[in-house]
Amino acid sequence: MELINKWPEYHKKDVVSHYCPGCGHGIVHRIVAELLEEMDLGKKAYLVCPAGCAVLAYNYFDFDVIESAHGRGTAIATGAKRANPKLFVISYQGDGDLSAIGTAETIHSANRGENICVVFINNAVYGMTGGQMAPTSLIGQSTTTSPAGRNSEVDGYPLHITDIVAQFPGVVYAERVSVSSPAGVKKTKKAIRNAFETQQEGLGYSIVEVLSPCPTNWKMDPVKSCKWIDEEMVKEYKPGLLTDKREEKRKEKG
Amino acid sequence: MSGNHCIAEAAIRAGCRCYFGYPITPQNELGEYMAMNMRKNGGVFLQSESETAAINMVIGAASTGARVMTSSSSPGVSLKQEGLSFLSGFEFPAVIVNMMRGGPGLGNIAPAQGDYFQSTRGGGHGDYRTPVLAPASVQELADLTVKAFDLADKYRTPILLVGDGMMGQMKEPVVFPEPVTNLPVKPWALKGRGDGPSRYQASLILDGLEMERHNWKLVRKYKEIAEQETLFELYMMDDAEFAVVAYGTTARIAKGAIKRARKDGLKVGLIRPITLFPFPDKILQKVAQKIKNFLVFEMSTGQMVEDVRLALEDERVVIDFHGRPGGIIPTPIEFSRVIHRYYRRM
Repeated sequence: MELINKWPEYHKKDVVSHYCPGCGHGIVHRIVAELLEEMDLGKKAYLVCPAGCAVLAYNYFDFDVIESAHGRGTAIATGAKRANPKLFVISYQGDGDLSAIGTAETIHSANRGENICVVFINNAVYGMTGGQMAPTSLIGQSTTTSPAGRNSEVDGYPLHITDIVAQFPGVVYAERVSVSSPAGVKKTKKAIRNAFETQQEGLGYSIVEVLSPCPTNWKMDPVKSCKWIDEEMVKEYKPGLLTDKREEKRKEKG
Repeated sequence: MSGNHCIAEAAIRAGCRCYFGYPITPQNELGEYMAMNMRKNGGVFLQSESETAAINMVIGAASTGARVMTSSSSPGVSLKQEGLSFLSGFEFPAVIVNMMRGGPGLGNIAPAQGDYFQSTRGGGHGDYRTPVLAPASVQELADLTVKAFDLADKYRTPILLVGDGMMGQMKEPVVFPEPVTNLPVKPWALKGRGDGPSRYQASLILDGLEMERHNWKLVRKYKEIAEQETLFELYMMDDAEFAVVAYGTTARIAKGAIKRARKDGLKVGLIRPITLFPFPDKILQKVAQKIKNFLVFEMSTGQMVEDVRLALEDERVVIDFHGRPGGIIPTPIEFSRVIHRYYRRM
């Protein structure tokens, strides 16, 4: 008998999670830790964790981690990767962080084609601050700052930042996935693996947007939260590959 | 060599291998010199999308242990305050240049010293200070740039180097130090865990008592810097009966004014703070045992004068102030007239 479900080397053991029941962060943390082990990248990994619930990611990750001011993840990642290209650099960010206060940093790091990976957790709200409206919130979605539901006339429309950056020549790999089902978790792992390979081969910028449940702020139980992703969120944010320029980049590099 | 070019060359010689910046007058020549020379030497030059991005790139590079610099001017340095607060919280070394201009707001691009409070009081949010070096010649720009990197590494803190458009644009002969070859080892830097334990760098300290301990630790560090690193220059102070206090560009103009006043028989000298934080209060207190009249010159509405008053609060002295804000460069004749006026009242 072979033990196949073993604890990932780059995820700390015996730590109590601060994430709420049904939160998607734990799943994505595990995927990141597993891939760093499977791809033998953990020893040189450098992860930027965001201002938000995942600011405490260093409590769980067992490789080098730095914290970022709100929105500045990809600027810090840029500085670290440029200063030491041997590092394997990941910026782990949420939707408020990456598509509101950090929009400029996101757009320009992507446009420069920085050789970094961005793991983008989209739960359509500001989680840590208590469920305020995010640029990604759906039309009609009730949040603490859009109590009557997001109204496009005053609140604007859901922002599709991954679709925007996917058009840039420097963005080599972009995919939207969801951790709302076992199949989605498997697809998420595959997408993040592709993103990691992109950096490993020195091809450029990669981003994986993960639709992720936030039961506490959505005021739903975990099962309903996953259902809400599958039935409502995917209508606005359709999962799938947004760009894959790896082959042409490989040819360019020779 | 011009002041802006001189800072860039001195930084490269000091082992700075990463520069991140955004264009703003009057310091553009600094970034341009870096663009010309940094990549050529295998270093990193990156023109960022904003000053905020630049200072956060500085954080990223500093976290890996690299010697790193950014430069800007007043409105741009305001945008960098977020990063300065984080650098201080993280205790990361970095050098930040501010070639001050007239303000508030966009103000103008002429020389000014209106960012004294912002520079010496912390500038961003939270309980911290940044050591501030204020050179007054191109040679000193070179020497203090190298010193800024050494201090940053020694004390694990961001260091500000402040000048203005005049310091940046003026040309003077300069002798550069030999390039630094053995850079300090930084065991705290994030280089990937390798076979060792993982590490993290954070300024987030949720536990109140721990946060308080961190605050007091920073205070002890600033006290040590004050004891070890305070710099000043005394000019014609040996027989002086009247002391002018001025820094940077204003100190240069004050020297011209003092020479004129001396010709008229006035016994006047200059105390020039070279570190603005820590402020050289001990030398002021020492001088105050003999001299009872102080005159502060600034290209602002009066900011350093508050530090002079704080330093001399227990002394029975008269402290006067003369300032020209808004990018006006006073002349030695103007300053010498002011010296005459206050000297007569003595």
